[in-house]
Parts: sequence; C-alpha cells; structure tokens
Amino acid sequence: MAKFFAITIIVIAIASAIPILLHTWVAPEDISTHGHMIDEQMSETMVEAGVSFLAAQLMLALFIWRFSNPRPGEKVKSFPGGARALVIGAVLLVGAEVLALGVFGVKAWANVYLTPPSTNAMPIQVQAGQFAFYFRYPGPDGKLGPIHPELINEGSQNFYGLDPEHDPDSRDDIVTAEMAIPVNKEVHLLMHAKDVGHSFFVRELRVQQDFVPGLDVSLHFTATKVGKYEIVCTQLCGLGHYNMKAYLEVLSPQDFDDWLKKQQAMQ
Amino acid sequence: MHDMSAPAAHHHAPPTSFIRKHVFSLDHKVIGKQYYALALVAALCGMVLSWLMRIHLGWTNAAIPGLQLLSKNGAPGGVMTPEYYLQLMTMHGTIMVFFVLTTAPFAAFGNFFLPIQVGAEDMPFPRFNMMSFWVTFLAFVVLMSSFFVGDGPTLGGWTQYAPLNSVGAVAGPGQGLGVILWMISIALFCVGQLLGALNFITTTLDLRVKGMSLMRLPLTAWAWFITSCMGLTAFSVLMPACILVVLDHVAGTSFFVTSNLVINDQMLPHSGGSTLLWQHLFWFFGHPEVYIAIVPGIGIVSHILITSMRKQMLSQRVLIYCMGALAVLSYMVYGHHMFVSGMNPFSSLAFSFPTLVITIPATIIVLIQVFSLYGSKLRINSASLFALGFISMFVSGGVSGFFLAQPSIDIMLHATYFVVGHFHMVMGVAAMFGIFAATYFWFPKMAGRMMNETLGKVHFWLSFVGAYCIFMPFHYLGIAGNIRRYSSFPDDFLQPLIPVHRWITVAALITGAAQLVFLYNLIHSRFWGKLATDNPWEGTSLEWSTATPPPFDNFGGKHPVVYHDPYQYGVQSSVGDYVMQTSPEQVKTEHEEK
Repeated sequence: MAKFFAITIIVIAIASAIPILLHTWVAPEDISTHGHMIDEQMSETMVEAGVSFLAAQLMLALFIWRFSNPRPGEKVKSFPGGARALVIGAVLLVGAEVLALGVFGVKAWANVYLTPPSTNAMPIQVQAGQFAFYFRYPGPDGKLGPIHPELINEGSQNFYGLDPEHDPDSRDDIVTAEMAIPVNKEVHLLMHAKDVGHSFFVRELRVQQDFVPGLDVSLHFTATKVGKYEIVCTQLCGLGHYNMKAYLEVLSPQDFDDWLKKQQAMQ
Repeated sequence: MHDMSAPAAHHHAPPTSFIRKHVFSLDHKVIGKQYYALALVAALCGMVLSWLMRIHLGWTNAAIPGLQLLSKNGAPGGVMTPEYYLQLMTMHGTIMVFFVLTTAPFAAFGNFFLPIQVGAEDMPFPRFNMMSFWVTFLAFVVLMSSFFVGDGPTLGGWTQYAPLNSVGAVAGPGQGLGVILWMISIALFCVGQLLGALNFITTTLDLRVKGMSLMRLPLTAWAWFITSCMGLTAFSVLMPACILVVLDHVAGTSFFVTSNLVINDQMLPHSGGSTLLWQHLFWFFGHPEVYIAIVPGIGIVSHILITSMRKQMLSQRVLIYCMGALAVLSYMVYGHHMFVSGMNPFSSLAFSFPTLVITIPATIIVLIQVFSLYGSKLRINSASLFALGFISMFVSGGVSGFFLAQPSIDIMLHATYFVVGHFHMVMGVAAMFGIFAATYFWFPKMAGRMMNETLGKVHFWLSFVGAYCIFMPFHYLGIAGNIRRYSSFPDDFLQPLIPVHRWITVAALITGAAQLVFLYNLIHSRFWGKLATDNPWEGTSLEWSTATPPPFDNFGGKHPVVYHDPYQYGVQSSVGDYVMQTSPEQVKTEHEEK
C-alpha cells in the first residue's frame, strides 16, 4: 500500500509537469514592448517552482517508500543534521529565491506601473459599464471633454454623458465600441468606471487593470504587432460578466488614420 | 495553569433532558460534534453546487434534471442561466470557505479536543460556546434562505466586491435582498467565531492542568490557539464591514459607493464612499482566513503523523514558531489580492515582499514534516494516508503561490483559473485532507467506534487521484488565459479549452461520488462500527488517556497531571514504544540522536 502510494505520488508529479514541459497550454504571443519581461519572469518562476514541486514530491514519495515497512528490530532515528540544517537550508535557498524573484520582478512591474507614459503617448479613454466597453478619442483638439454622469443615456447613444453644446472640448470627441490603436505607438489608457468594478485584460498585450468606480486609473503600453485581439472583463461585474468584451485592432499608422477619420464621420 | 488541589472547576452539572444534552448543550464535546455535523451538511451542499457548476461549464446548454425546482427563473427547463451560475458559484465559495473550512478543522475538532488536550473539564465560558455554535447555525440558515427569497442569492462572488455589493437590486439578481442576507449571515458567522476564539484562547492560557506548560501542548492545541488569535483579529474586521454594507442598502449610507455612478441610465443616490475600502477590509480578513483554514490542518497532520511515525517531529518548537510566523505575516500580505485593483503600485511591491517571505515558514513546515519521515516506523492507515496526502497537496498548491506573489506575473494570472487552482489546492483540498485525516484519527474517541479502514482507503485513493485530476488542470487553464467566474466561454480564445473543462467535470463528478463512500462509512461506523479501545493508535496526548468516549467532565472527576512533552515515541516503556503525557514513568529514549 505504502509503496503503491509512493509510486502514485511520483507518477502524479511527473504527469503534472509534462504539459508544462511540452508547452501544451501557453499564454498567447506577446505583442507588447514590456511583455517579454513578464514572460521571462514567468519562465524563471516556473523553473524555480517546478524544481521545488518535483523535489518535495519525490522526497515525500522516497521517505514513504523507505520508512513505511521498517525492518525487524530497526530503531527510529532522526534525519542527520536535524531541524537546524533544514531551517538554515530553507532560509538560504528560499530566501535567495525570494530575493531573486522579488528584485527581478520589480523591473517588469516598474515598466508598466512606475514609469510615467511618454509625453507624446496617445491618450484614449475607456469607460466600462455593465456589460460593455466604450472608447473615446480626443479628436483634433487633443482634449477630452468633461463627463456629465446625469447625461449618460444609452438609448440616445450618449455613453459618456457628453454635452457638446456647452463643452467645446467634447465637440470633436470620437466615441467607439471598438478600440483601435496604431502599431508601435505608445498609448496612454485613461480608465473610467461608469457603475461597478470591471477590468481591462488583453492577454497578448500583457496588461490587466481594474476599473475602480470613483478613481480614474491609467495604464500605458505599446503594441508591436498588427492584428485583432480580444479585450475581456476579468472583474466580476454582474450577470453579463462572461460576455463583456470588445476588440482591440492594432493597425498600421495609415490604417489607423483612416479608421479614425471614418469613426469621426460617423459621430 | 490548573492547580491539582483546586476543587473541580466544572461550571455546570451533567444535563439530563434531551434538549440540554443534545441540542442546547454546554458540553464542548457535544458542541464540537454539532459543528462537525454542520460542516458535513455544508460540505455536501457546497459539493452539489460544485457539481452543478461543473456540468454547466462542461456542457453549457445541458438541462440538469430537477434544477428548475430549485429556481424556475434561474434554470428554466433545467438549463442554468448565466446569472444563476454566478449565484451558485457565490454560494459554493461562501459555504465552503466559511461553513466548512473554518468550521470543521477549527471549531469542530478544536471544540472537542482542545479542552481535553490541555486537561480541562470544559471551556471557561460554556454559554458563550453554546451561543457560538447556534449563532453559526443561524448564519447558515440565513445564508441558505437566500435560495428561496426574492430573486435568489447574491451573484457577487464570495469576495462580494464593492460597489456591486452595495448598490442594490439594480445591479442584478440577488444584489438586493440576496446581498443583505449574505452580509447578515457572515456578520453572524463572525460573532460565532469571535465567541469561539475567546473560549479557545482562554482555555489554552488559563485551563492547562498541572505540568502542562505551553511547550508541552500538542501541536494541535498550538495550531488552534494560533488560529484563535487570527480569528479574533480577522473576524472582528469583517463583521463591521458587513454591517456597513447592510447600512448602504437599508439606511441610505454610502460607505462603499462613490459619487456619480450610473446604472440603467439612472444616477445612483450615493456619494462619498470608497470602493477600495471594502477590498482592504475584506482582504485584511480574507488572507488570514486562508491560514485560519490551513493552520489547524498543519497541527492536525503533524499530530497524526507523529503518532503514525512513532517518533517526534524534527523540531516541535520550530513548527510552532513557523505557524506563528504564518499568522503574523498573513496580515502583511493581504494586498497581493489587490495588485491590479488600482491600489498605489508602490503598495503592490510592499505587499509582494512579505508574500514571498511567507513561503519561508511554509517551506520549513513542509521540510520538517517530510524529513521527519526519515528513520520513522510509518504506519499506513486511512488517517496517515490523508495526512501524507495533505503534505502533497499543500506543496502543490503552495508552489503556485510563487507566481501569484509577484505583481508583474499577476498581471497575466490574476482572475484566471490559475488562482482558482492555487487556492483550491492549498486551502481547499489540503484543508479537506486535514479534516478527513482528523476524522479517521479521532472518530474512535468521538464516537466510541472504529471507522472501516477498507472504505477509508477507497475514499483516500479516489480523493487523492481525483483532486489532482481536477485541480492541476486549473493551473494550465489559467496559464492559457482562462478567466474565472465566467458562466460560459463564448470567446474564440477560450473555445479550445472546453475539452479540459469537460475532463475536470468528469473528474469532479467521480471524486465527489467518492465522498459518498466517506459519508456511508461515517454513518455506518457510528452505529455499527467495531467498538474502540481508549487508545487505539497508541497515542500519547491527553485525549488518549481518558475513556472512549470521554465522560461528561472529560477525566471522570480527576485532574490529570502532565509529566512529559506531548510526543514521547520511539522509547522503551512498560506499554510499548511510547509514554503517555500523564504517565509518571521515566522516559528511556531509544532514539539514535544526532
């Protein structure tokens, strides 16, 4: 029974590692300038966590195999070195691991969150509400008009509560249901929640950030590959949460200009 | 510490009526059993809910026969609606975290065994103890009642994030009355746990018998004591937070709702609140809660393994310090749940470091448990199998914590099935294995009869392999970007993952069915099991030195005296390879000490 248990632990440990080693399920291709740092951090952590996982499971299996059927007359004995060796080993090894992951991990995090966007980053506002995203581009004046929540009316498609009659800055604002950005151009995303908490997640861009009602949060990133990607909500926001999504189109600069003009004409 | 010469300190006489003996009992042992029964019922409810969710996730349009009887609107024709999925998911999480993982390892076994292990006749405040159970029971009734009122339970998840939890029915089904009932239930639950924690702490500090110094307490007693300290501070934060949410609903306050929110084109009549405040309050409770669920398991598993190994752990003292370190650090790490919440990004780094550091005491605990097996005479039975399974699960769930502790990686893994896999393994399955190990180990003392070993082993094998088949693929799904809390996966990129979900569903149904073997074993053994002796496992701590089942005052009118550390195994004595804590016999060690 004990030996069979030991074998089962080993089989499970190895079987668990196989899909990771074979890259059966992986994150999609990275299309951001900062994503490679996250991916590298992920790979390093996978190696360290994987080795710890396999070593601990194999050691557990080995001791169960060896010590479940003691030989006749065998006396109990302690692990040489005792607890002191284990504590010192754990503090040094895990401590080093913790320091390495903690210190190197800061780089990727800092690139997304602790570095301000460049001054020529393109501002785009995204508003999340049950259960849709709407995007707003500032238009030729480069300014976004103020939001008047009391004017929000989905029926009349005033998703942002804009008042172009009284706010000159709102007059050329472009509101869309899909997001388009030019490739290789930094985007400064201004995030606004209309009702409850939501989140903005684009796996390929390696960005995820919650919308917080009452708090305007921002994010900046640069997409490096033309294509169409899904934007999904990852913060439970109500019954339609599973279906709250939009698309991000990364376009060439020329295609983006054309797209923006087309959207402007449709306002 | 209890004085040998002191008069009997039992605060109450043995009850004679059925009601006072079995229902409104002041006896900690009856209260422990009541908690266990409540946890068992709750676990069955939670498991059935998980079956329903899994069937829906594998086959979204499948009609589940009879489901429409539970909710006509939520499951017309037996097909679950997206909102009903979220409602069942919320109830599954709430029931499991609060009423199973907190109730069974801490309140049930702790109530029954802590006073006995310290040599006391009862808890110091038996009425508080009775109230603690019945308030918890009431909390469960209030929570379950939300299935049958209004538009059903809340759909906001067990974390109940603001402002979805505070804006009322306009935010969706169950967000009005459903939320209010959830908050009342959890506030009541907190009251129950606070009363319990008060009793546990005073029992440990004040009611120890002569000779029972703190370092002579068994590891279980230490685990329950440390857990009580966490409970006292964590639940006392969650309770007022829940009350404030109720006030946001019924008294027009705006603790968690900010100004200028618009739902259905209507501005909400709230202003001035903070949505992040709820997250801070919730996770200040929520992360210690993880350790409230798992620390008793660490103590129980160590206690059982020592008895099964016939030798001490490499260091009992280090294990105690590490459990204490987990408790202290648990309050400093809670912000890792909020890396992408909009909190100041510097705070994320501040919360990340202690989260990584907490792996050090956790690693030491695992290493001590594993390396203590070296040189042992390991006895394999249902209890020790589940205890060893606990270590395997704790390792598997623990290593994924390395990923989630890092804010940069959390950008990719936050809110995915990776998180679901992580916490199910490390605080769900591991804690459940601790509960099962404790059941097989202590059932003889609690019920006076042995459980069936063959059925116990069948239960173990199906649960151990099944749990891995369910929860390891969750990690793969998360790495591929599968978002949690989705009732179905209409997106293009999630479609290829549906076969994995179906595999998990089949595994969950089989593993769930295996729990019925345990249920049968439990009930059958209770009435028809082989009669147990006083010390069937040749244990050393005080619960094994009293009668089976223990008398009303635990030790038959006597105060035991403790002469030894709790785990004198691997020695030569008149009874075998162990000396009980209460035996004045001198210990002659057989250890080959290094």
